[in-house]
Amino acid sequence: MSARRLQSGGLIDRTQTLRFKWDGRDMTGFAGDTLASALLASNERVLARSFKYHRPRGIMSAGVEESGALVTVGTGDRRDPNVRATTQELYGGLVANGQNAWPSVRHDVSAVNGLFGRFFAAGFYYKTFMGIPPFEWGSGTGMWMQYEKIIRRAAGMGEASRAPDPDRYEHGHTHCDVLVVGSGPAGLAAAHTAAEAGLEVLLVEQDCELGGAYLSEPGAVEERQNAIKALNDAGVRIMTRTTAFGLYDYSVAGLLERVTDHLSAPSEHLPRQRFWTVRARYTVVASGALERSIAFGDNDRPGVMTAAAGRTYLNRYGILPGSKVIVATTNDSAYTGAAELCRAGAAVTVLDARRSVDNSVLDLARNAGTGLRLGAAPLRAIGGKGVYSLDLAASDGDGWRADGSENCDLVLVSGGWSPVVNLSSHRGAKPVWDAENACFMPAASDEPLTMAGSAAGIWNTKGCIASGQVAGAHAAKALGKSAPAASAPSAGGWASPIRPVYEVTVPRKKLKSFVDPQHDVTTSDVRLAHREGYVSVEHLKRYTTLGMATDQGKMGNIIGLALMADALGKDIPEVGTTTFRPPYTPISIGALSGSSVGAHFRPLRRTPMHDWNLEQNGTMTEAGLWQRPWYFARAGETITEAYIRETDTVRKTVGLCDVTSLGKIAVQGPDATELLNRVYTNPFAKLAIGKARYGIMLRDDGMVMDDGTTWRLSDTDYFMTTTTAHAAKVMVWLEELLQTRWTDLKVHVTTVSEQWAGCAVAGPKCREVLEACVADKTVMSSEAFPFMGVIETTLKGGMPCRIARISFSGEMAYEAYVPSDYAMPLMEMLWKAAEARDGCLYGTEALGALRIEKGHVTGAELDGRVTIDDAGLGKMASPKKSFIGSAMRSRGDMGREDRPRLVGIFPKNRTQSFNAGSILCAEGKVEGLGEGWITAVTHSPELGHWIGLGFISSGYEPWAGKTVIAADPVRKGNIEVEIVSPHMVDPSGERMHG
Amino acid sequence: MIRIPCPFCGERDHSEFGYGGDGTIVYPALDAPAEEWVEAIFERENICGVQSETWQHVNGCRMWLLIERNTMTHEIQSVRPAHEGVAKALEESK
Ligand SMILES: [Zn+2]
Repeated sequence: MSARRLQSGGLIDRTQTLRFKWDGRDMTGFAGDTLASALLASNERVLARSFKYHRPRGIMSAGVEESGALVTVGTGDRRDPNVRATTQELYGGLVANGQNAWPSVRHDVSAVNGLFGRFFAAGFYYKTFMGIPPFEWGSGTGMWMQYEKIIRRAAGMGEASRAPDPDRYEHGHTHCDVLVVGSGPAGLAAAHTAAEAGLEVLLVEQDCELGGAYLSEPGAVEERQNAIKALNDAGVRIMTRTTAFGLYDYSVAGLLERVTDHLSAPSEHLPRQRFWTVRARYTVVASGALERSIAFGDNDRPGVMTAAAGRTYLNRYGILPGSKVIVATTNDSAYTGAAELCRAGAAVTVLDARRSVDNSVLDLARNAGTGLRLGAAPLRAIGGKGVYSLDLAASDGDGWRADGSENCDLVLVSGGWSPVVNLSSHRGAKPVWDAENACFMPAASDEPLTMAGSAAGIWNTKGCIASGQVAGAHAAKALGKSAPAASAPSAGGWASPIRPVYEVTVPRKKLKSFVDPQHDVTTSDVRLAHREGYVSVEHLKRYTTLGMATDQGKMGNIIGLALMADALGKDIPEVGTTTFRPPYTPISIGALSGSSVGAHFRPLRRTPMHDWNLEQNGTMTEAGLWQRPWYFARAGETITEAYIRETDTVRKTVGLCDVTSLGKIAVQGPDATELLNRVYTNPFAKLAIGKARYGIMLRDDGMVMDDGTTWRLSDTDYFMTTTTAHAAKVMVWLEELLQTRWTDLKVHVTTVSEQWAGCAVAGPKCREVLEACVADKTVMSSEAFPFMGVIETTLKGGMPCRIARISFSGEMAYEAYVPSDYAMPLMEMLWKAAEARDGCLYGTEALGALRIEKGHVTGAELDGRVTIDDAGLGKMASPKKSFIGSAMRSRGDMGREDRPRLVGIFPKNRTQSFNAGSILCAEGKVEGLGEGWITAVTHSPELGHWIGLGFISSGYEPWAGKTVIAADPVRKGNIEVEIVSPHMVDPSGERMHG
Repeated sequence: MIRIPCPFCGERDHSEFGYGGDGTIVYPALDAPAEEWVEAIFERENICGVQSETWQHVNGCRMWLLIERNTMTHEIQSVRPAHEGVAKALEESK
């Protein structure tokens, strides 16, 4: 191939030279070039190596369907693999490299893969993976992993950067009346018609320029400019470099806007790409059609490309892509381009597979002076890194016979056109086979969606414009506007019908003919799949990987389908088509995640004491979305030393802990008591005003949902607390019950988690601390404020406060809540009093240790599989009333005595520790699912050794005195443990009653 | 993306809503036998076509809604507050 840039012509700007690097070499192109056109103009032929066989590959198209020129763009942390050179706009300073080759795509040592082709044939992966019988080489997965390493290294695509993505991405949302996808003649006409009808129109185009097919039409410059001006005048919103990659329910479209991928030095405030969600009322899809190739021998050689691509390189990029060109076609569409190439100075021969063609078409070629052969087709491309001649075939009955060869440096192929039905396929509309035009047409849709132009199988510009106008009028009518009547053109539009040719072969000649060049799938692979019994196209696809590459088979799917139909002796529609799924073209993961990365991955919830906790040297940890203090290390302390000291201090003097993250719900109304009595397992009907009660909620199916305390503030006003983890779920649950199930109950529930900040004051000196803080210390007396009592009072300085005497630590303790704005002064005041009494601040690590010592359950235990009896809280289930879950909680196996029950765990050798997540097994039977599991482990300062909580079948009594194995095969191995009561410290609860 | 016309907030993306479940279930009394509960919470229809279901506008007005949706097309045929009293009041306010 000897391609060269012409002195004039095209839409490039020859006054703006752009310098870029290709495979380490300095090259130049012009503004308006793609990377592919710049490389083609420099006569670079081999731009890539193929996936499996490392065959040299060049440019095959001029657009998104590119299956050959896949390259890596950028360096370092901006290295982007598998970029289609045909859609990458050139910019000054661009750095691109060939991929899947060493040392370079031009000289690739792995090309020997071609010689070992049989290992890479269809199904090789599956056959090996399934395990060849052991007496053969390669049994089972062990050997597979060995092969896999080698194959992965040899076969592959480009390699992404392993560094974090330095770019930013944005998500955007927008609305419009009519979304028009594609700005070719049809899209421009549709957008204009809809806008003129008074509708708000958004036109999106994946290219950097509007115009679609106009851009490759030298005679359409003015027409295109006029159409664009009319759109601007009509107020159409236009987004270029924007791909509509998917259509979803309710006319929602997903767009990817490439904001800076074409810029040398993007401004820092710009995101690299924007991911748009568009809510349109009507969608017109004018996404065009893609030209298909034909399967013939070595049809993947550099220098074989689509006929339309040849025309685009000539007319849009001002490049004569070859000096001796063979145009092989099955339809009328290639003739105009052939004539143009001829006039531009190339020697051109047209091979038309058809034996007779309408004179109006033939005249195009004759008048330009091209050679012409009817009933002729390409048989095999000759040449390694570039084609230099073509073996020809002549039509022979239904088949072909060899018919000499002809020298050439470029082969342009048109096997017919496939409307881009992807977007309508996303909506579940199965494409319909049109035998006359040899393509799948989009099916009619019940949705506010119309296909227009060549996407609807209309092959000429006039028809496409008319079809766009009709689509625009459809949209207008659907949305209650009127538009001038237009008559719909019929599909097709060629002077002579296409001859459907998918493959050219002659008897007794072995050819390597590619169906899906990107995945190196050949015609023999498809036949192999058929011989091995695959009949469904979906199976064919998976077995051969046909159409499963990044291009989703845009060029080759129909060839594969036709070959399968032929092998099965069926028609193409009987074999079916595969369903296209979003995205139409690949999307970066960065664009999908948008700004939801790092610290922005999810919302961050800070308590109003957050800054105060940090000032006190608190180390924070995540509890769901919340940031909670984990531990407060003093000089030189490790986390273990810190939490052991904190635990010890709580047991001996007093500790303060930020408990704001607990869920808090105001339950109010005349029927509030009745609601609580129904959702909690224990009785709430007679809870006195000024008292709190610990309660457990079950789900309908009888499993434990959540636990917490609920405080009665007045006859009709309760303050409910939930666990941090289940706060939102409990709120939704209460709302569901009140709005859908118990609609007669007069209760209102309001989340007040954000309104109240809370601090636990725990330890023998807790009352002293609060006495120092309340305005009137008599409210704290044991008589006035007994265990489980609740008071609403005022702290010094007039701070309103509600306090309950409840304990999670097993020590005498209070929880004090103030309106969130008072959080900081509350902590200041409490800490002053606590510090004076040798108290401490404690975090979740110590909180965990204290509750494990006491055998209190949390989310680690209440994992949705646990009944109230399993958790050892069966006494909390009232036998005297019915509540949510009461009917179901002891059905069938739920009542079995040998269910795993909550237990405490000690290491047999008290100096040892063990891990949460270990499996509990009977001694000598370390196998299977074991007898139970460990949910939480801590070091107990009180007991002086490591302890745990967990579940074991039948509970602790039958295991007393026995050795049990805590099996943790991936970490510590087996540790001998003893099973004890879960109440490991102060089982009688004397301390908290004070 | 399903778009749900909330009677209180207007048309919104379904990502603002939480899915409840079958809207036709009449839950048994709390003291009903386990068999009735088993039927209500486990033995569900898998409807192909229009189904009545509950959704909550979690990131909106937090109202529970009763929605008739075609499970094949996602077409929404009707939306009303799940609470009959609220539904009636809303109807009367129109
Ligand atoms: Zn709402």
